[in-house]
Amino acid sequence: MTEEQSRRKRDAGQSDCLSFTISIWRQQGLNDKGQMVSYPLKRVRPEMSFLEMLDVLNGELERKGEELPISFDSDCREGICGMCGLVINGVAHGPGHGTTTCQLYMRSFADGSTITIEPWRAAAFPVIKDLVVDRSAFDRIIQAGGYASINSGSAPDANSMLISQELASEAFDAAACIGCGACVASCKNASAMLFVSAKVKHLNILPQGQPERHKRTVAMVEAMQQEGFGNCTNEYECEAVCPKEIAVEHISFLNREYLKAKVAGK
Amino acid sequence: MALDGHIPSGPLAEKWEKHQFELKLVNPANKRKHNVIVVGTGLAGASAAATLAELGYNVLSFCLQDSPRRAHSIAAQGGINAAKNYQNDGDSIYRLFYDTIKGGDYRAREANVYRLAQISSHIIDQCAAQGVPFAREYGGTLANRSFGGAQVSRTFYARGQTGQQLLLGAYSALMRQVEIGKVTLLPRREMLELVMVDDKARGIVVRNLISGEMERYVADAVIIATGGYGNAFFLSTNAKACNVTATWRAHRKGAFFANPSFTQIHPTCIPVSGNYQSKLTLMSESLRNDGRVWVPKVQKDQRAPEQIPADERDYYLERRYPSFGNLVPRDVASRAAKAVCDEGRGVGSSGRAVYLDFADAIKRDGEHVISQKYGNLFDMYQEITNENPYQTPMRIYPAVHYTMGGLWVDYNLMSNLPGLFVLGEANFSDHGANRLGASALMQGLADGYFVIPYTIGGYIAANAADDVGTDHPAFDQAEQAATERIDKLLAIKGKRTVDDFHRELGLLLWDHCGMARNAEGLSSAKQKVREIREEFWQNVTVAGTAGEFNQVLERAGRVADFMEFAELMIDDAYERNESCGGHFREEYQTEEGEARRNDDDFTYVSAWEFQGVGTDPTLHKEELVFENVHLTQRSYK
Repeated sequence: MTEEQSRRKRDAGQSDCLSFTISIWRQQGLNDKGQMVSYPLKRVRPEMSFLEMLDVLNGELERKGEELPISFDSDCREGICGMCGLVINGVAHGPGHGTTTCQLYMRSFADGSTITIEPWRAAAFPVIKDLVVDRSAFDRIIQAGGYASINSGSAPDANSMLISQELASEAFDAAACIGCGACVASCKNASAMLFVSAKVKHLNILPQGQPERHKRTVAMVEAMQQEGFGNCTNEYECEAVCPKEIAVEHISFLNREYLKAKVAGK
Repeated sequence: MALDGHIPSGPLAEKWEKHQFELKLVNPANKRKHNVIVVGTGLAGASAAATLAELGYNVLSFCLQDSPRRAHSIAAQGGINAAKNYQNDGDSIYRLFYDTIKGGDYRAREANVYRLAQISSHIIDQCAAQGVPFAREYGGTLANRSFGGAQVSRTFYARGQTGQQLLLGAYSALMRQVEIGKVTLLPRREMLELVMVDDKARGIVVRNLISGEMERYVADAVIIATGGYGNAFFLSTNAKACNVTATWRAHRKGAFFANPSFTQIHPTCIPVSGNYQSKLTLMSESLRNDGRVWVPKVQKDQRAPEQIPADERDYYLERRYPSFGNLVPRDVASRAAKAVCDEGRGVGSSGRAVYLDFADAIKRDGEHVISQKYGNLFDMYQEITNENPYQTPMRIYPAVHYTMGGLWVDYNLMSNLPGLFVLGEANFSDHGANRLGASALMQGLADGYFVIPYTIGGYIAANAADDVGTDHPAFDQAEQAATERIDKLLAIKGKRTVDDFHRELGLLLWDHCGMARNAEGLSSAKQKVREIREEFWQNVTVAGTAGEFNQVLERAGRVADFMEFAELMIDDAYERNESCGGHFREEYQTEEGEARRNDDDFTYVSAWEFQGVGTDPTLHKEELVFENVHLTQRSYK
């Protein structure tokens, strides 16, 4: 079949359906032990998104009424809000590169295969239910210093501060982090260094971030440690799964910034 | 009842400054004695919560996501307008004001829109100071682009992720206040009731989405910034959790709902491809700067796009609107796409799509230039459709995107209920019948950073709040109502799923209250909505219990509210016997098929008062007075 034919067929909703065994982590609540449960699922279209596949499975469970549908977080379903996040076949956000779980399509999976789905696993991200975890630790890290302190109404004219294209672009690359937590989920140490370093980099290289530079670095690193995230041992797993392709170089930047802050006596 | 927008007197350009002076102030030392509830943490809610906390108020900030940073403002791609005139290309406060009034088809208030244009520049200053990585010119100044049909370059942007970066700015300001102790963050909470005490908004009842427990919060004023109701259509570009519940619950308590039929259908979205589809994806309309929109000249042309020669293609936007071409405003572009598809010239198997073709732009500028401009959008398109837009034209179709209607507010952004303020997309105030591109971010942040901090002070200073606790009988009643509704949903144990009902409702609205409406279709849809609603309450299945994390129950509550809201949307569309902006009544069009306004009879805001489910609501009118702008027929020819 040519690509054009298959496109037309797909477009006509006539694409061949796929079947899977979906093996999912079910956990009633924080204190429940939890276990993997398997569900056969037929009539999956290749052009369905991964989360739509779960919607379909949930619809079946709702209609049967024998057990509760699977809880999972998702919101924008276009890869920007950071709400969704599943470990699929052992990989955070699944097989796609530079994509979130919601941007994954069923055509990426072999017909007849078993797909395992688990939540982010980290001590700092306790499971709320099934595939839903509590990521409020990230908010508390930002709360410790992930901002430039400026009250509304006190800003000077935006063009009074010149920032080169290169610098703005570099800051943007770091600021693109969506706070999904895949970096933590993929790390054997459950380290949050990529997340923290992205925010530190974004603000510490811009002129707006200079007054609080050292204070911010130390406060955010300390908050990260308090939340129970592990240390970085240079496995680069975080970069490999990051949907926004945040680079591990930011982590070395963070280490240098931390050292500088300590030398400066902060 | 004639509604009073409390618009200050005096010349347009001086109204806001005069009003700011006339508003009473709360003594700095007294601000810490006042609590404010802010529901929603998008651009409007987060900026309001942060700014009020900076001023000294104690703020309770609620959102239903796991973190305030997830709010749907994050998905805005294109940019944010401001009348900086950095490009020296003829922009001004007055031009932004004029474009917004005209773009809204003369159904917005002059005074509000002028204030928005005045404030717009400060927003950019504020965001840049927070560290938002806006695009820059070589010299280090801020870059601009022309967007959404504007003839000046006034749009500031951060790659294709402006909404995300602006929201992260507001979120960081919010989190700074959490650290200082002025904001209490209450995520994974859903507002289910507004609490009125002595005719003033004094609190809310929320469901803790983790434990399922009801919680009560009291304050001196309540701000709702919970976004729009586009998900009434089930399929829209909105995030899955976007809903009408907070505003609808306030409406049921007496807040007027204004212009609910004004919805924006965005022209450049990826077409619907199957009945399992959960949402629609927007492709930024910046693509229309270089992409050319066309369909085959003949009906049901089955050839691949590459095989259709140029003279057999109809570049219908360029043909119908030679001066604006592919850049006509959203409502015009959407209707034109619908028209060619209705003629049987749509492409794709469903026949509900048109081509957006970059072949000429690639030939002119080279693939690398197009890739630099739109690379992430092209990648996104390919990810979803498995087609390469560098080689074959994109297929696009309009989808529900934004809602101009919302709770009625006066110039102070206060609803008709004292103490209830409404910001951002949740209110109706600034976009009239059609919103211009890159103006939603501007309005959300204007409301939160620069309007509400003044106007809420005026309210609090003038209204001494009685000492009320959450044990007040009004809280008991509100909590009881919310609990009973949940128990009722769980007790039905029917056969059809919540999503199943939601899809049915959405399709009905799309067919009869979407891009084109007529009296007959609206009447039948109203009857049908009542039938679907009746069946919903007899035959929906909601798994699980109330006292646990239960996403089906959350959705059921939201869909139940959409079922009631849908009828109001239809009533409003039926009552407005004219076409304006996104509201196109087929009975009222020009010979060329353009919208025909009726300024003599409909230059007003429709504000609806709730009278009970299944009972027709009462219409209140706020006449729109145009002292500065001359009403003309919008023409993009």
